[in-house]
Amino acid sequence: MSAARPGSARTAVARPDWWRREGVRLWGGIALAVVLLVGVAPAVLSDFRLNLLAKFLCLAMVAVGIGLAWGRGGMLVLGQGVFFGLGGYLMAMHMKLSDAGPGGVPDFMLLYGDGVVPGWWEPLRSPVVTVLAILLLPAGLAAVLGLAVFRRRVRGAYFAILSQALAAAFAILLVGQQKVTGGTNGLNGFRSFFGYDLADPVNKRMLYYIAAGVLVVMVVVVRLLMRSRYGELLVAVRDQENRVRFLGYDPAVVKVVAYAVAAAFAAVGGALFAPVAGIISPADVGVVPSIALLVGVAIGGRATLLGPVLGSIAVSWAETSLSEQFPSFWTYFQGALFIGVVAFLPNGLASLGGALRRRRARGSAVPEVGPASDVRPAAGSAGGVPADPPAGAPDVTTDTVDTAGRHA
Amino acid sequence: MTTHPLPVRASRGRALALSAGVLATALALSACGARAGAEAGAPSSSGGESCVDTSGDTIKIGFLNSLSGTMAISEQTVRDSLDLAAEEINAAGGVLGKQLEVVGEDGASEPTVFAEKAEKLISSDCVAAVFGGWTSSSRKAMLPVFEGHDALLFYPVQYEGLEASPNVFYTGATTNQQIIPGMDYLKEQGKTKVFLVGSDYVFPRTANKIINAYAEANGIEVVGEEYAPLGHTDFSTIVNKLKASGADAVFNTLNGDSNVAFFKEYKNVGLTPEAAPVVSVSVAEEEVGGIGVENVAGQLTAWNYYQTVDSPANAEFVAAFQAKYGADRPTSDPMEAAYTSLYLWKGMVEKAESFDVAAIQEAADGVSFDAPEGTVTVNGDNHHIAKTAYVGEIREDGLIYPVWQSDGPIEPDPFLEGYDWAEGLS
Repeated sequence: MSAARPGSARTAVARPDWWRREGVRLWGGIALAVVLLVGVAPAVLSDFRLNLLAKFLCLAMVAVGIGLAWGRGGMLVLGQGVFFGLGGYLMAMHMKLSDAGPGGVPDFMLLYGDGVVPGWWEPLRSPVVTVLAILLLPAGLAAVLGLAVFRRRVRGAYFAILSQALAAAFAILLVGQQKVTGGTNGLNGFRSFFGYDLADPVNKRMLYYIAAGVLVVMVVVVRLLMRSRYGELLVAVRDQENRVRFLGYDPAVVKVVAYAVAAAFAAVGGALFAPVAGIISPADVGVVPSIALLVGVAIGGRATLLGPVLGSIAVSWAETSLSEQFPSFWTYFQGALFIGVVAFLPNGLASLGGALRRRRARGSAVPEVGPASDVRPAAGSAGGVPADPPAGAPDVTTDTVDTAGRHA
Repeated sequence: MTTHPLPVRASRGRALALSAGVLATALALSACGARAGAEAGAPSSSGGESCVDTSGDTIKIGFLNSLSGTMAISEQTVRDSLDLAAEEINAAGGVLGKQLEVVGEDGASEPTVFAEKAEKLISSDCVAAVFGGWTSSSRKAMLPVFEGHDALLFYPVQYEGLEASPNVFYTGATTNQQIIPGMDYLKEQGKTKVFLVGSDYVFPRTANKIINAYAEANGIEVVGEEYAPLGHTDFSTIVNKLKASGADAVFNTLNGDSNVAFFKEYKNVGLTPEAAPVVSVSVAEEEVGGIGVENVAGQLTAWNYYQTVDSPANAEFVAAFQAKYGADRPTSDPMEAAYTSLYLWKGMVEKAESFDVAAIQEAADGVSFDAPEGTVTVNGDNHHIAKTAYVGEIREDGLIYPVWQSDGPIEPDPFLEGYDWAEGLS
């Protein structure tokens, strides 16, 4: 989004023409995605493949949030598994309780625990409380954590390590509290989803449509955030946090909002993942899955709107089909893909088109500070390396050496 | 920043319309599924329709083991012996005249992947039965899939019991065929103070719950119970507690790498198998090499099969396995249970004269096989098998030799209903 960059007004001459093109392309793209997701996919995919796709869509929801927090906000969130897991476990707990019936005890508690439902499980018997908890609890946790961390100006690699440690701790906690969390087994064997029989293929399809709808809504929300004044502020904080502070904004608040939104998206993804996959376990929320979520975003292009979604779906899909074709050495393909993208397309596959277009447009009088894919995220703002000014971006961002960020 | 109010406003309007449209579509399409419990009486309306193709000269079966991730080192051995069994059965004419066509999948050591691949094997590949799984979490993750599709899983690893699904055949030991015999042996040896050490997951915790109840009923004192996270390798604290506790025996449910660190530390502080023997239930021939024979020689294990079991069936099995995979490869309990599971399935199919799940469930009771571990027989009620229990001693050559065995095969009792002291455990 060139419009999100200060100083891009220089291209205003060309605006009426190109924003419309961009708009058409963007909304056309979203409409196409809706047609593909809602119309084509269910028609051509078997129930099994459709359910797999639903699972990938749930992971893509986390990716959308990562795209916002990392790509636009420069926060390298290595621990989104925590929020994904919170959402997933909240939903799973509700499903276990409703399977057990009013006043009933979930099966695993009878096996491994003392057969008493702990008090903090009880509110989740209500579907309304569950949905509210999924929407608010992880976002609230992210806000509290974010405020504590960002107010102290912890950023870059330190924030990344902190968020990852949180994921590790969360997984260990879940494993250790077997009596109330199911331990390494996690929670599984759900029979119904808000009263709908999960064994019925029609209901499985319903879950898919819900996942597809929710994902599209999330993409739209991120799009609106990106185009708003807040979106510009977020990118400004990413690239020049101190400058934003001098201008009178509180960067901590700006970052917390993106972090909380990303957390809420991850939680909703997790909440839908549980009924779709039929299981949520510590193996889905720890450090490794948290990083796996990030890989898809990096491959797709973290600063773009659709890059994270497409990257995450593509990586999940490749993982599944490669492991079916080459059960014993598919992991090497995955590694090679990641290395290839990082080495040759550091901004992800979504930057491929932009890179080609830029090459074509080179030499033209009006610098094309083009569409979504052209944005160069400040790769450095996560690691403390100076940001790379976008090609053709005007003077405002030329003195980008980020020294202040070092004494965090 | 004020240069483009228009795009924002415009896109917001469209966005709302679009989101509303998507939601409406989703809701419209979603309104037609069955409510849970709506047709309680009818046979589940689910994907229960089998798509298994029995018309050709071949029949598909699925092998689902972790070939990547932390469990790969153990599960690869199970896959190898499953492959061996399939090869042997095909060479001998197949099952009901049909050659076995194996579809292999990687469970990647993750429960979620196990569930996904099980679903794929059943509904896309239309296999007649699936063989595999190792960890409790992988089994629990697959369970709803097999029950939902009314398909068959053969699970080849000793486990924590407290389960009996009509869609699973458990060919490894349940607790009364491994843990209780192990405790019986310690009691026989006059041990009175037992220390429990285990990895922090379902099997050790459940096993120790049972051991505590057993100990209380049999006048044995549990002098300590410690858990280490999976993969944990610093055992100085736990081993020091063990030494200070004055235990005269240790019951070890540690898994994987942790055993290496535990046994080294045990040796370091001067404990010996003579004074305080360790009975392990997750250390088999494969693992002895990894831990290092010098660290575990003289220690005990409780299993239902050892490479050294003296029977013609075992001699054949070991010879065939080593001919295929190399003379340096040991055979172990889970491998043998997996090998046996394929033959038991063959026996059930031939008795039922059908690959149909219901027919197999009907015919399963009493099907037996002269397995390398001795004769095993399927219990039609709980789908476990009667197995002989062995306590073995690890010797310098890296193999385990039986020092005690049960009087014939023990009937499986996954819920420990036949033990008074176990009341209230499940």
